Amino acid sequence: MSNATQKTATEARAELKSVPHTPGAPKPDAILVVDNIVRDFGGNRAVDVDHVEVQRGVITALIGPNGAGKTTFFNLITGFDQPSSAKKVFGGPSADKAAKWSFNGKLLGNTSAASVAKSGMVRTFQLTKALSRLTVMQNMLLGAKDQRGESFLAAFVKPLWAAQEKANIEKAEDLLKRFKLYEKKDDLAGSLSGGQKKLLEMARALMSDPVMIMLDEPMAGVNPALTQSLLGHIQSLRDEGTTVLFVEHDMHMVRHISDWVVVMAEGRVVAEGPADTVMSDQAVIDAYLGAHHDTDLGDDSLLEEGAMDAPKKEKK
Amino acid sequence: MVNTALARRSSPVNLRLIFGVILGLLVLSFTLGTGAPAAHAASDVCVADSATGCFNGTIKGVGAGVKITIDGNGENVVVETDKSGKWNAAVTTAGTYTITLDEKTLPSGVTLKGDAVQTRDITLGFTKGAIFAVNGGDSGSADGGSTPTDTASQGFNWDRLAQQVVSGLRLGLLLALASIGLSLIYGTTGLSSFSHAEQVTLGGLLGYTFANVLGLNIFLTIFIVMVITGATGYVQDAVIWRPLRKKGLSLTQMIIVTIGLALALQYTFQMIWGAKTIRIMKNNPETFTIGPVTLTYESVWAMGLAVIVLILVGLFLLKTRTGRATRAVSDNPALAAASGIDVDRIIRLVWVIATALAGLSGVCLGLVLNGINWQTGMQLLLLMFAAVTLGGLGTAFGALVGSLIIGMTVELANFVVPGDFKYATALVLLIIILLVRPQGIFGRKERIG
Amino acid sequence: MDMWLKVIYDMSANMILPTTAAFAIAAIGLNVHFGFTGLLNMGQAGFMLIGAYGFAVSTIMGFPFWAATLVTIGAGVLFALLLGIPTLKLRGDYLAIVTIAAAEIVRMVGRASVLNSVTGGSNGLPGETYRNTFSALSPFPDGQTTILWFTFDNTGVNGWFIRIVAWSLVVIFAILVWLLMRSPWGRVIKGIREDEDAVRSLGKNVFAFKMQSLIIGGVLGAIGGMFYVLPTSVQPDALGRNMTFLIWTAMLLGGAATIWGPVLGSILFFALRIFIQGTVDIIVPDAILNTQQTEQFSWIMVGVALMLLVIFRPQGILGDKKELNFNV
Ligand SMILES: Nc1ncnc2c1ncn2[C@@H]1O[C@H](COP(=O)(O)OP(=O)(O)OP(=O)(O)O)[C@@H](O)[C@H]1O
Ligand SMILES: [Mg+2]
Repeated sequence: MSNATQKTATEARAELKSVPHTPGAPKPDAILVVDNIVRDFGGNRAVDVDHVEVQRGVITALIGPNGAGKTTFFNLITGFDQPSSAKKVFGGPSADKAAKWSFNGKLLGNTSAASVAKSGMVRTFQLTKALSRLTVMQNMLLGAKDQRGESFLAAFVKPLWAAQEKANIEKAEDLLKRFKLYEKKDDLAGSLSGGQKKLLEMARALMSDPVMIMLDEPMAGVNPALTQSLLGHIQSLRDEGTTVLFVEHDMHMVRHISDWVVVMAEGRVVAEGPADTVMSDQAVIDAYLGAHHDTDLGDDSLLEEGAMDAPKKEKK
Repeated sequence: MVNTALARRSSPVNLRLIFGVILGLLVLSFTLGTGAPAAHAASDVCVADSATGCFNGTIKGVGAGVKITIDGNGENVVVETDKSGKWNAAVTTAGTYTITLDEKTLPSGVTLKGDAVQTRDITLGFTKGAIFAVNGGDSGSADGGSTPTDTASQGFNWDRLAQQVVSGLRLGLLLALASIGLSLIYGTTGLSSFSHAEQVTLGGLLGYTFANVLGLNIFLTIFIVMVITGATGYVQDAVIWRPLRKKGLSLTQMIIVTIGLALALQYTFQMIWGAKTIRIMKNNPETFTIGPVTLTYESVWAMGLAVIVLILVGLFLLKTRTGRATRAVSDNPALAAASGIDVDRIIRLVWVIATALAGLSGVCLGLVLNGINWQTGMQLLLLMFAAVTLGGLGTAFGALVGSLIIGMTVELANFVVPGDFKYATALVLLIIILLVRPQGIFGRKERIG
Repeated sequence: MDMWLKVIYDMSANMILPTTAAFAIAAIGLNVHFGFTGLLNMGQAGFMLIGAYGFAVSTIMGFPFWAATLVTIGAGVLFALLLGIPTLKLRGDYLAIVTIAAAEIVRMVGRASVLNSVTGGSNGLPGETYRNTFSALSPFPDGQTTILWFTFDNTGVNGWFIRIVAWSLVVIFAILVWLLMRSPWGRVIKGIREDEDAVRSLGKNVFAFKMQSLIIGGVLGAIGGMFYVLPTSVQPDALGRNMTFLIWTAMLLGGAATIWGPVLGSILFFALRIFIQGTVDIIVPDAILNTQQTEQFSWIMVGVALMLLVIFRPQGILGDKKELNFNV
């Protein structure tokens, strides 16, 4: 598990070949392992995942119809929400039924969102959270890890943190250039367009050199030309050793860059596998289109009719 | 957050109108205020600062209404004691004053021990006490349960427990009338309205005006008060809250606006009604006793009325179309709007209902408590927030249950802590709730991401 | 004519009062809370009162000046912890509710007759009883000094010594806040004001930062309270919720989230209040508006000013419209 840094992305992907295409399949080198995670909202069970693993060093896509529980799943494992199945002092589920998940070999059950991020799992939000009244550059700098100037007493003494700050600024400028935001660096983030905010949020997350980055619909609202270059960027991230888990509704994109696809529906993981196989899986088609549809989800004509975006799962 | 979606659908609304109305109200309050008697009293009016000096004192056991005149340096201030015999007066010039107690205003059977005239020096920024000792003072209060200060020291017995439980139920019911509105407003707009407490005060003070000053029948009074307070809700939403939502003010800004409004209203009340504590209807209401419990007749039918109104509100929310729409808006305004509900109309209605209920609560409180004054609402605000939080922000039924629990707890806490610390009890309760279950009994967490 | 001259003199005298400086210090603290961190502290007067009691009571008990100052600071820290621990993980409204209530409770406990021997109950503590340790620090000789049209004692109750110390502290605290806010620490704080979940997702311990901010602003409040009572007396009712609203209005007037806004706001605010009161006294005959009604009227105006400021000019005088518009 620990020799990950030496392994190349190609090797990591090759390892996936031997993984069976079943929900919850074990991975040869899993960076994230999740067990028994359940989240109820009133009577509505938004997430109910028995077991799922994410392979290190590859791009995994998490797909599923609207309301499938993808965002809630992200919230749970990044510490922004607590599972209903969490261990409790009194009552609660028995030890083997309690929610348990580990990242990079470290148990995360009771960890705050901040320490999850510190341990290297950084996420973005489906609804962007740009810090509006800070400039784009300040937004970026906030992403940097272990800043000396963030401790209260050191903050008063600029020489203590000036050098580190300078290095961070350079890094931020590099990233901003790649994300086509460099010209905007002194504008307030609130003045960016919706798509630009998505880009900023992604760039900001990368400031901390995450071990694994979790993107919730990163491409929604980003124009096609830029999407292409961002896809390239995500792939090069993977090639440099970062694990990527992303939620996306655009099947072209999923097919284009993902090495592995996990499908959720009604809170459960219903299928897993490489993009091509998974899209023709009957369970997945049922999930998206309701039962008795005999269509390959990768079929482009289907996409053009907008059928993929339209079906809204009925939820009360 | 939910209400930003609401707020964003902007349409230009004339905000100057708000300006105009506020100024108009000010002028109105101003003219009304000058007609009111100049005698004021309350424990909180005088704040010593660089331009003010204060005289104060407590005359044990004489109750409200004893007149004291402070004279000197070109100033003449007349004040009255409040229900606990406290008085205080502000002067704006340093120097020597003569302080005179009007012996005619002492209750019968009470006589002054010492001089009725005293002299005192004062420096601005300071408070000086003046003591008038009396013989035969007695703080006779008609209502067993509502004088916690007096009863706190008596220790535990079963009779007292029964009395406190009934008092708790009464406080809980009246609190519920006020906090359901607070909760509905929060649910539909996301706003914690700090000026909601002043709506309660307004109800009580208006009740006093109609019942005592104009001598109307109490039920007619309640009806009129609810119509007027409901109308204030309508006007408020029309001139202040709706335009501000359209303008896209953040919730934080709106909260500060409600706080500013609360402050302005409190002193407007003080200008119109004075600072004294007043009791609606009679100063010595008749009581009756069932077993260990002594209650005024007013208490009983106020509680009955509260129960009826609460049931009606419940039925409205559960059974009527509009009621269901209201709950839908609380649940998810964007979705409600998408499914064809006129969200603005619902919010307007919620304001009307909320303020009318608060008005009713105010009248009832004025009837059953030892009286109300310009800051009664402010003192209840914490109880209201504690109740709403306990029940779960934004759920009307949670507010009801929360109110009953808080009312009960606060009255029962009298066994342990003196009544003066009622407020502190409520705060401790709130802090415990926040630590243990911040989303309340029926609440749920907000969505992230 | 004389009357107007008096109003103008009063205005200028009020601007440099030590209590104005104390007020400004508390406003700087509130600005750290609200302007920079977005914390809705509705009980800054409670911090002031806690600080004032901390200093006065410990001095009366025989503490030397510096020890009593430490008590003041400690009281501010404790109060902040007490209020922050249950609320800072929750929606902003809760902090508002809890601070508004806690400040009231400090006032009510302070004036409770049970504590008469310690806090002086509702009469408070006269300044003579705790002022001397501070006056003793004065390097000035006895006597009076006139600067411009102001003549004051060198060291007395309201003299030059306390004025100089208090206003120096205002400047020092403003500079310290500036140093903090330009640092990465300040960046996190401002990020929290915008969206704390976003900051959390970047690996910052939001609760700890908010707590630090609450403590710093609270300690400034406590020190403000200490300097507020040094030239006057400890009056629980003078540091009640109205004081909190005054500080809010002054801060918003000057400009929240700016370094000098709260200071400018405080100075202007005191001058304006004297101006309005003086003008009303001169122009409006007593028959229409007596002293007490003028007082009530001025409070109504404070409430209305607070509303109008937040609605129409949330960035205040010094703020930049674009940057300090609350709308996100
Ligand atoms: N805070 C909440 N309170 C109540 N229900 C919630 C909450 N958050 C999510 N849900 C419900 O949980 C279910 C899953 O929601 P989630 O946002 O995880 O879906 P998703 O897969 O991300 O959908 P989409 O693709 O549309 O983003 C939905 O039915 C949603 O209504
Ligand atoms: Mg989602």
